[in-house]
Amino acid sequence: MGSIANAFSSSIGKKLIMGLTGLFLISFLVIHCFLNSFVFFDNTGVLFNEGAHFMATNWIIRAMEIVLMLGLMLHIVQGARLTFENQAARPEKYAYNNGNANSKWYSRSMGLLGTLLLIFLIVHLSQFWTVSRFTGIPTVDSAGHEDLYAVMKETFKNIWFVVLYVLSMISLAYHLLHGFASTFQTLGWNHKKYTPIIKAVGVWFSILIPLIFAAMPVWIYLGL
Amino acid sequence: MSIGNMNLTLKVWRQKSTKDKGKMVDYKVANISPDMSFLEMFDVLNEDLITKGDEPIVFDHDCREGICGMCSMFINGRPHGPKDAVTTCQLHMRSFKDGDTIVVEPWRAKAFPVIKDLTVDRSAFDRVIAAGGFISVNTGNAQDANNLPIPKAQADAAFEAAACIGCGACVATCKNASAMLFVSAKISQLALLPQGQPERYKRVQNMVAQMDAEGFGNCTNTGACEAECPKGISLENIARMNRDYYSAKFISEEEG
Ligand code: HEM
Ligand code: SF4
Ligand code: FES
Repeated sequence: MGSIANAFSSSIGKKLIMGLTGLFLISFLVIHCFLNSFVFFDNTGVLFNEGAHFMATNWIIRAMEIVLMLGLMLHIVQGARLTFENQAARPEKYAYNNGNANSKWYSRSMGLLGTLLLIFLIVHLSQFWTVSRFTGIPTVDSAGHEDLYAVMKETFKNIWFVVLYVLSMISLAYHLLHGFASTFQTLGWNHKKYTPIIKAVGVWFSILIPLIFAAMPVWIYLGL
Repeated sequence: MSIGNMNLTLKVWRQKSTKDKGKMVDYKVANISPDMSFLEMFDVLNEDLITKGDEPIVFDHDCREGICGMCSMFINGRPHGPKDAVTTCQLHMRSFKDGDTIVVEPWRAKAFPVIKDLTVDRSAFDRVIAAGGFISVNTGNAQDANNLPIPKAQADAAFEAAACIGCGACVATCKNASAMLFVSAKISQLALLPQGQPERYKRVQNMVAQMDAEGFGNCTNTGACEAECPKGISLENIARMNRDYYSAKFISEEEG
């Protein structure tokens, strides 16, 4: 048995990959949430477009974008694999299983919540990311930057997209409610003093970030 | 035996052999005393079945005092029933109400095949232990107390991990049928003590490899195991095992 060779294929190794990619996705959420919250402060969209322009032209960000996409794919592939393997580990189900007596429903539904997030991500990326990176944004704003804000305003005229975004952010909240603290346990950090802090920060993070995200389409739909 | 006044309906898993498909069967039991243990209630039912000429229900048990870990029953959707920190043999009928319907199933996991009725084969646990859950030195004569100074907190944590009775409730309740709590307890009880150091990194690699080979699922930190463990084994042990595993794979020179 080689040392590092099978480190990532074992049960703990697979979890390590989930934990590391999950943590990386969390750090991405922070930056994404910060930049997008510019929509709340300038309804001409100039500020938001400036942020988007910076992200689109800075080479460090562009390089990180590739890492992000790879990380996301690894998270998804590995998450799907874990989910299927874990189902196979109990071929015969219980006639009656009272799961709520010992764990949270969202902790037991990470695969489902992740799948909802995946569907959302496909819609979301095709609405904004492919437009800004590949097909091109049709108009420019008063400062001469590509008007991604206008694309957003157009998209969120449709109430159903607003609903989809809000529901997806609820899925994200529950995914994080388990995932945030779980990552630290996976990485081996369980400590009498610090784990309660991690858990508390996790709850705040899981509510706050999705809430800010969900407020954006609502804000734009209402024309605020 | 008619020493009590509880009447119950049981839905019990019956399965003739590993290959048999198995099914839930309904039974009525009458005059059950609230002071009986759950296993004694099953004894009454089995006496009844034998008298009627039926096959008694096969279930595992040995010590009937919460230390051997044999009495694996999944009762009303929870391993060892509704009470926290008890095994089935220590669960009393006063935890139920007269007229209740109680569902009783065996542990369900690919790694724990049903042998018959409620008895499952937990020898997968034995093979995990055989892969490294020991120290390879002769113990010799009993040593003087405090010959090896061990900090109190360390000794306590090792002792708490050593309380694991290998009952398999953690696997039974885990949605992934993962054995991480059991394996981490068996690794921790040695990793925390000086005697466990020489093989520490070899041990964690081999035991985890065996655990995976047995077909247990992957842990996703739902915490159900810790909540249901009759001996209160903590998730801290899983975190310690993860740390040891990373050290073993990425830093240590001990191969598995
Ligand atoms: C922005 C998006 C996402 C973030 C921030 C995120 C975050 C996380 C985190 C922090 C964990 C916990 C890792 C651990 O316990 O060590 C996790 C687990 C998981 N995620 Fe995601 N995730 C995202 C998207 C997805 C997607 C799209 C899927 C798609 C299928 C998915 C599926 C899973 C699964 C199955 C788990 C495993 C549950 C577990 O091991 O506890 N996630 N995620
Ligand atoms: S960790 Fe707890 S539930 Fe699991 S085998 Fe040991 S005593 Fe039983
Ligand atoms: S019979 Fe020994 S622990 Fe229950």
